[in-house]
Amino acid sequence: MADKKGDSATAQPKGSPKMVTIYVMGKAYQVPKDLTIMKAMEYAGYQFVRGCGCRGGFCGACGTVYRTKDSYKIKVGLACQTVIEEDMYLAQIPFFPANRASYDIAELEPTTQTLVKYYPEVMRCISCNSCTKICPQDIDVMGYVNAAIRGDFERVAELSFDCIMCGLCASRCPSEIVQYNVALLARRVTGAKVRPRARHLAERLKEIEAGKFEPGIEKLVAAGEDELSKMFYDKKVRDIEP
Amino acid sequence: MYPENMLQSAKRLEATREERMKQEIPLLGADAKKELLHAFHPDYIESSMRKLLVGPNQGERTPHELADLLEAYPVIESHVETGEPAHDVDVLIIGGGGAGVSAALVAQAAGAKVLLSTKLRIGDANTVMAQGGIQAADKANDSPERHYLDVLGGGHFKNKPELARALVMDAPGIIRWLEELGVMFDKQPDGTMITIHGGGTSRKRMHACQDYTGAEIMRVIKDEFRYRDIPYIEFAAAVELLTDGKGTVSGAVFVNLETGEHFFVRAKTVILATGGCGRLHVQDFPCTNHYGATADGLVLAYRAGAKLAFIDTIQYHPTGVAHPEQIVGQLITEKVRGLGAQLVNAEGNRFIYELESRDVTASAIIRECKGRGKGVTTPTGGLGVWLDTPLIEILKGEGTVRKSLPAMFHQFERFGIIMDKEPILTYPTQHYQNGGVLIDDTGHTGVKNLYAAGEVAGGIHGRNRLMGNSLLDILVFGRRTGEAAAAAAKALKEPPKTTTAHVAPFLAELKKADIPHSRKSPMLLPDYRQPEMRGRYSFLGQDPECRLPAD
Repeated sequence: MADKKGDSATAQPKGSPKMVTIYVMGKAYQVPKDLTIMKAMEYAGYQFVRGCGCRGGFCGACGTVYRTKDSYKIKVGLACQTVIEEDMYLAQIPFFPANRASYDIAELEPTTQTLVKYYPEVMRCISCNSCTKICPQDIDVMGYVNAAIRGDFERVAELSFDCIMCGLCASRCPSEIVQYNVALLARRVTGAKVRPRARHLAERLKEIEAGKFEPGIEKLVAAGEDELSKMFYDKKVRDIEP
Repeated sequence: MYPENMLQSAKRLEATREERMKQEIPLLGADAKKELLHAFHPDYIESSMRKLLVGPNQGERTPHELADLLEAYPVIESHVETGEPAHDVDVLIIGGGGAGVSAALVAQAAGAKVLLSTKLRIGDANTVMAQGGIQAADKANDSPERHYLDVLGGGHFKNKPELARALVMDAPGIIRWLEELGVMFDKQPDGTMITIHGGGTSRKRMHACQDYTGAEIMRVIKDEFRYRDIPYIEFAAAVELLTDGKGTVSGAVFVNLETGEHFFVRAKTVILATGGCGRLHVQDFPCTNHYGATADGLVLAYRAGAKLAFIDTIQYHPTGVAHPEQIVGQLITEKVRGLGAQLVNAEGNRFIYELESRDVTASAIIRECKGRGKGVTTPTGGLGVWLDTPLIEILKGEGTVRKSLPAMFHQFERFGIIMDKEPILTYPTQHYQNGGVLIDDTGHTGVKNLYAAGEVAGGIHGRNRLMGNSLLDILVFGRRTGEAAAAAAKALKEPPKTTTAHVAPFLAELKKADIPHSRKSPMLLPDYRQPEMRGRYSFLGQDPECRLPAD
């Protein structure tokens, strides 16, 4: 496989790149500065099986914890989005055993007690704020856990919407709460039960059921390329909504 | 933070903003489109493709990168036919993205015994990366017919009509299904969907969940999948399909990516939902795709005798990140242009109507950079054009960027670029496989009991897919295949034989065509290590029981 632009660790400014030392699970590697953690690990010789997913910050597979020199602080980042630092000392947490409650969203009738019923451990929150501090998406995790205790679905949904379910919050929680699954339930309840359904959608489904569009679609399916092309470029047939 | 040359150019962009806001650029006509595509779309670079020497599409053109995998030897050339299957099921689904998971939900509900396998985790798929939205004609001023005409126009009228029909007619039902499952679509307080334009749409029918549309859909259907307790195996990659000896598909051979162990699954029907081929980096383009997008499903289906469609067309998303280097090639959703951001060259001028279909817009950007020398040069020597994102704030009100594009705002902010205040630099990036395994409107391929859904399938979008029709198609055809595969499995009383008999004639073709024996597929995962490390100690072949072909 040839060097690929974008994903190759070798796509660097011209001239020899400045090298820095990073420690992957304690082992030192010299890698070009300015790489993301993911590309730096690949440069060092890792071919990921776990700990790598979308490579674009959406899937939560590459949650990484690290420390930097002379600091007691634990930092976190997604390996695909976080740039390495000199003497970074890192480990990936590609999986965390999480508890997921069993519920049937269709049957569920939401009350302020719903979240606490399925996830009673939220009541054990000691407000240490470790979850919020570790979140690589900068979500106010403790804030939504508090909203969950109050039974405020919409607030949980709103605060947690950027969650990519990497599991780092759960890994740090002294009360063993799996925050992201609580948030997922709250969002599903909000989407399915709290917010009003789209009326225009129900109407369209009735029309489809009644066969309203069948004749029109049949005609289009039978139409030849030239005929379709003519219709497509005819502003009267296919006007563009402003 | 931009270097000096980029800052200078960004200033020119600011200076022309007021003028540009008044400027109207008309849509291109059929001839102008054709001319632009022929001159600048990467698909038209003659030397980038070759004619296939073997298989059902012999003589047809495809990019070298894909040809190298289709014209390649299997990882296992003979399957150990004695021994018991590790799993014996009605419906085997290979792939854990939106198509696979929706197929599994429907197949199980239809009473089938289902197993879903994925080589990464469930949800590790391009589905979660789809930011912009999902199309459905569900508003009063819109109709499935209009949607159909848009789909066909986008596909240059080459789409398989019955597939496009299924796509648009099922669309409102898909949105309803997602609403019932609890997907949080962007809505008005009264429940009306907030919908916007995408490239090539004639009505505002793009439904979104901020810029997490695919991620939101995936996390919801995955949660439902777990509630339904559907059996699944993660980090297990299919390396070959199995057939009954008469050409009917009956399961697959897998490798456990963590232990190297091989095992096989017997199934009455198989659904391929393996996704696309972005990680092949066609023509050395960067890509927007997830780590596992390596065309495995195309390879497996091809060796089993399935015909592929439109494999000579790749979709380059017009707006990939061109700077900063760390995230080059990652997606800047079309929604940014849907919200009003304009494409602007180094001199501060617009050069194309922003919401042309993707192939046209991408070609116009390439023309601007390579044909006219009006691109902005990045510190690593790359080229790009601006997306005037601060314009969104002016058009749609302050705070819109953060509210409607939180994921993207966050992504650029990490690199010191504040996209509601400064423009961002873009260049086309490999995004989507327009074609794939040819299916009918139940998702059935040309090979008996083999189905395909999602990006691996082909024909729906013709030669170019529109934004928002992929999230739609994975669910439409995921559900359709789930239903059809469950029904077909029910009709089969006896468990089928499991052989690799179909591989032998393919091997003969490979030998006849003088394909080097060292060329193996499927790829399973890309290898981004330094060149001297590649191929060493990779996970394949660690299993002593695995009979790797000798060179």
